[in-house]
Amino acid sequence: MAEKQILLDKSRNWKEFFFQWEWLLVIIFLLIHVVNSFLSPYYLNLNTFIRTPQSFLDKAFIVLPMTFVIIMGNIDVSVGSTVALSSVVMATAYNAGLPMPLALILCLAVGSACGLFNGVIMAKFPELSAAIITIATMTMYRGIAYVILENRAAGGFPEWYSFFGWGSVGRVPFMVIAFAVCAVLFGLLLHRTSFGRCVYGMGHNKRACLYSGVKTGKIIIIVSLLTGLMAGITAVFLTSRMGSTRPNVALGYELQVIAMVVLGGVSTSGGKGKIFGPLLAVFIIGFLSYGLGLVNISAQVLLIIIGALLITSVMVLNIRFDRSNKQMMPSSSGKKRASNK
Amino acid sequence: MRKVFAKVIILTVIAAFLVPAVLFAAGAREEVGERHAFVFKNTGNPYGEKQMEGFKEGVEEMGHQAILRAPDQPTAEDQIQILEQLIAQNVDSICVTANDYDALEPVIRNAMNAGIVVTSADSATNPASRATFVNQADAEMIGRTLIQAAYDMIGGAGDIAILSATSTASNQNLWIEWMQEELTDPKYDDVELVEIAYGDDLRDKSVAETEALLRSHPDLECIIAPTTVGIAAASRVITDNDLIGEVYITGLGLPSEMAEYINNGACPYMFLWNPIDVGYLAAYTNMALVNEEITGAAGETFEAGRLGSYEIVEADDGGTEVLLGPPFRFDPDNIDEWKDVY
Repeated sequence: MAEKQILLDKSRNWKEFFFQWEWLLVIIFLLIHVVNSFLSPYYLNLNTFIRTPQSFLDKAFIVLPMTFVIIMGNIDVSVGSTVALSSVVMATAYNAGLPMPLALILCLAVGSACGLFNGVIMAKFPELSAAIITIATMTMYRGIAYVILENRAAGGFPEWYSFFGWGSVGRVPFMVIAFAVCAVLFGLLLHRTSFGRCVYGMGHNKRACLYSGVKTGKIIIIVSLLTGLMAGITAVFLTSRMGSTRPNVALGYELQVIAMVVLGGVSTSGGKGKIFGPLLAVFIIGFLSYGLGLVNISAQVLLIIIGALLITSVMVLNIRFDRSNKQMMPSSSGKKRASNK
Repeated sequence: MRKVFAKVIILTVIAAFLVPAVLFAAGAREEVGERHAFVFKNTGNPYGEKQMEGFKEGVEEMGHQAILRAPDQPTAEDQIQILEQLIAQNVDSICVTANDYDALEPVIRNAMNAGIVVTSADSATNPASRATFVNQADAEMIGRTLIQAAYDMIGGAGDIAILSATSTASNQNLWIEWMQEELTDPKYDDVELVEIAYGDDLRDKSVAETEALLRSHPDLECIIAPTTVGIAAASRVITDNDLIGEVYITGLGLPSEMAEYINNGACPYMFLWNPIDVGYLAAYTNMALVNEEITGAAGETFEAGRLGSYEIVEADDGGTEVLLGPPFRFDPDNIDEWKDVY
C-alpha cells in the first residue's frame, strides 16, 4: 500500500503528465469524430455538437457521483432502479394532484432517500460488500416502482416540463448547461477539497483512513446520497424527454454508467482516476453511437463495437501501468503488486 | 516482457475485429433517390424482420432506398435516439412501430418540423405524432375473435389468461381492451380472465411469465398471447411440460415459428395477417405522403403496388388509419402451406 502512495506522489513530473490515460482518451475522442465524419456526410455540422448531447447526457449525471463511488473502491448497481422509482413517484404524485414544481422536488427527494438508504447500510455494515447491498436495493427499488404503477405508463405533464429535456437557452440545450454546472461542482469537490482527498484515501486503504481519524462512514453516506440525488436529476431529464414514464425505464443504466467510468480510466480496485476521464468517456460513447447510428449500423453491431472499445481500453490501461510500475520501482514485480491489493 | 507481448497480441486480435466492422459501416454509405426509414420495436423479433422485409420490398420497387432500424431493447428511450439520428440524416419519411403511444411525440414533432413525413405502423403513436397509421386489422375484430377462439377451446367455461408484449405497447393494449369488452357479454359468464401478464416480447421473459401463470393459476385452461414472441414461448412451455390438451394456447403467431405447435396440438389454431404486407403497405403509404398524393386525411385513396387500392379512414383514437384487412386463421389444415412463406 505504501508503494502505491509513493507512485502517486511521484507522478507529478512532465513525462507522467503526457503519459496519462486522459490524453489517450482525448486522442480516441478526436479519432471518433474523424471516423464519424468520414463515414457519414451528415455528421460534421454544428447541430451534431449542439443537439446530440441531449440524447445521451441523461445518464451522464450519474457518471459524476459514480466516479466517486468507484474511486472509493465501492460500486453501486442500484442507480438504474433509483431513476425508475424517482420518476414513477414523481409522475404518480403529479397525477394525484401535486403541483409539478413540488413533484420535481419530490423526485429528487426520493432519489436522495434511495441513495441515503444504500449509504447507511454500507456504513453500518462495512462487512457486507457494496455490490451485494446495491444488487438487493436494485431489485427492491425497481419492485416498488412496479408496485406503484404496475405495468402502466404515467404522463400528461405540463407543457413547460418538456423544457428540461428539449429546451435550449440561446442555442445551447438546457441539459448541456445543467450537466456542465454539475460536472464543474463534482470536479471541484473531488480535486480541490479535503473531502475529495479522503475519497481517494479510502480507495487506497479504508482502514488506514479510519485510524487516521477520517469519518469513513460519513463519507460513504454522503457519496451515496449524492449518487441518489443525481439519479433523481437523471429521472427528471429522462422523464422530460419521454413525456411519460413506466416502471421499466432506465433499465441497464447502471452498467452503462459503470462502463463509462471504467473507460474513463478509473480503476475498479479504487484510488485511481480523475473526473476528466469519465467525462470524456461519456462523450466518446455518446458520439460513437450517434455516428454509427447515422450510417444505420444495426443495434447488435453497435454493442459489439462499444464492448470491444471498452475491453481494449482497459487492457491498454493495464499494459501502461505495468510499464510505469517497472520504471518507477524496478525492485517490485507486477505479481507482488497484485498480492498487495 | 512476454506478458506484455501476449497482451499486445490480444489487442491486435480485437482491432482485427473492429476494422471490418467499421469498414462494413462505411460500405453502407450509398445514396440514391428518396430515403424512407422504418423503425421497429426491437431487434431479434422475426415478426418485425418480416415487416422490415416488406417495407424494403415496397420502397425498392419504386427505386428508392430503405433504411431499416431497431433498437436492441424494446424501449421508447432507444427509439428516440434512432429517430434523432434519422432526422440528422434528413431522410424523406419515417415509419415507426412505437414502443410507447405518447413518449415519441417530442422527437416526432422535431422530425415533422424538419419536413420529414412520419407515420406509424403496427403499433400506433398518438394522432399528433403521425400523418396516418398503417393498421394490420380492425382492433375490435382482433380482440373479439381471440376471445371467441378461447371460448371455443375451453368449451365455454374456465379460467383464461393473457400473455402480452410490453405493458405500453399500444396495439396489444387496444386488443386487450376489446377482449375485455367482448367478455362483458353474458355468454362469457363462466369464463374468467384471471391475469394479464407481460413478457415484453423477450423470449426468456415470456417463458418465465408463462410458467408463473401456470403456477399461480392451476386451473388455467387457455392462454391468449396476442404477440408472436409470446405465443411461441407459451407453446414451448406447454409442450415441454406435457400440458398439451390441458392448457390451450391461441393468439397471434408467425406460421413458420408456430407450425410445430399447431401440429402437436399445443395451439389448436391462431390468427395473423401477413407482416410482410404490413411493411409493404407502410412503404406505399409513406411514398404517397412524400409525393403529396395524399395528406393523411380520412377519405383519401392511394395505390399500394401489388396490394391494390386503399382508403384512409378515421381511427378510434381521433387520428386516421389504413386497414390492411381481416386477420387470417391458421390451423392444422393450412399451416403446412404457410409455414414456408413467413
